[in-house]
Amino acid sequence: MPGLDTQYMLDLLPVLLKNLPLTLFMAFVGMGFALILASLLAIVRIVRLPVADQMVVVFISFFRGTPLLVQLFLFYYGLPQVMSFLTAIDGVTATIMGLTLHFSAYMAESIRAAIVGVDRSQWEAAESIGMTRSQMMRRIILPQAGRIAAPTLVNYFIDMIKSTSLAFTLGVTEMMGAAQKEAAGSFRYFEAFLDVALIYWVIVEILSFLQRRLEARLNKAFAR
Amino acid sequence: MTCTAGISVQGLSKAFNGTTILNGIDLTIAPGERIVIIGPSGTGKSTLLRCLNFLDRPEAGTIRVGDLSVDAAHASKTDILALRRRTSFVFQNYALFANKTAKQNIMEALVVVKKMPQAEAERRALAILGEIGLSDKADAYPASLSGGQQQRVGIGRAMALEAELMLFDEPTSALDPEWVGEVLELMRRVAAQHQTMLIVTHEMQFAREIADKVIFMEGGRIVEQGPPSQIFDAPQDPRTREFLRRLG
Repeated sequence: MPGLDTQYMLDLLPVLLKNLPLTLFMAFVGMGFALILASLLAIVRIVRLPVADQMVVVFISFFRGTPLLVQLFLFYYGLPQVMSFLTAIDGVTATIMGLTLHFSAYMAESIRAAIVGVDRSQWEAAESIGMTRSQMMRRIILPQAGRIAAPTLVNYFIDMIKSTSLAFTLGVTEMMGAAQKEAAGSFRYFEAFLDVALIYWVIVEILSFLQRRLEARLNKAFAR
Repeated sequence: MTCTAGISVQGLSKAFNGTTILNGIDLTIAPGERIVIIGPSGTGKSTLLRCLNFLDRPEAGTIRVGDLSVDAAHASKTDILALRRRTSFVFQNYALFANKTAKQNIMEALVVVKKMPQAEAERRALAILGEIGLSDKADAYPASLSGGQQQRVGIGRAMALEAELMLFDEPTSALDPEWVGEVLELMRRVAAQHQTMLIVTHEMQFAREIADKVIFMEGGRIVEQGPPSQIFDAPQDPRTREFLRRLG
């Protein structure tokens, strides 16, 4: 292809990949917090905890109803104005916060649906042998809900990895930010951003492979 | 026999959305006694069993199992757990834990509820699998078992609790006809161990053969009870006669 400087692309790859750990760090930490928060939100919704339930409904509605980019700007540029203790917040922290809140809203709904989707007979059988509520959740319901929710949760994780690229709008030099800087010097924008796209693509393909393996494992008990 | 042996139920009542399902059920079950409940659909037979295990919560009445007495209207969480540990339940749709193997299904109550050490629970589960004739299916998941095999594991899981009362809620109704025989056969063997059993079933021949006492229920009440010979051959109440006549 005329004009495509493949040598530049190859040379740039290691430079960009140096920032991959930061991308993965934000994604993994964000996913960890989002899973915890989403489980709590789901439980509040399932047991219909008074007041908290309504608050969770509004929370989920807001974070699903507004763009992630807007949320990130609100946290990073907006909140420090009204809450002075947040002035020290850096771009990475703000990104992780934003990813956590944004994706926990989505994940809470799929976790809730998965728990409610476990067949009633499973709850009753656990009750009938005298399990306590927490034993029942831990040993019977959550493992089965996990199987139902796993594909969607991995999809959200994939989405989250890609969304870390928005961190560059908060001045974070992750892969996208690095590509932007390099391209600004070399004017090879197409090559730089194509590199970024390819890296994301490969990561997501690896995850999709792992996702299929995970699903096969989780479905083992349910194969006829 | 001490005065606290056996099971008694007094004034058990249950309503769903204002409709009375159970209307003051009184029942006494002697240790080792096998009682079969028959009656038309929707007359509260299953609900009675489910209330005894608190799968459905009765509004009023007293349930006494051995020295444990539970007042339904004021039952605490502790009462309910204690009652469930002294009664075991066999479900119409088997309700095996889908994420556990046959062996794990049986071990679950032993390890989690009875706090038995893992190795001991495993030995016990394997012994039960032998009794139910499924030793070769120890590591099979429910989805790979036939209906009859699943229900036998369901009975094995209930056996593991060694409960003072085993409740069977139409254990063969969901089965293909080819599997009914093996499940009834297993129930006969459970009965032979002097297990106290309360069975809801539509298998009249089986009821006649296994029951010490047959109860005919209709409209949330016990209409008539007695030995199978009386209920099946010389029913006293016209409603019992009508029900049996329609069965042919």
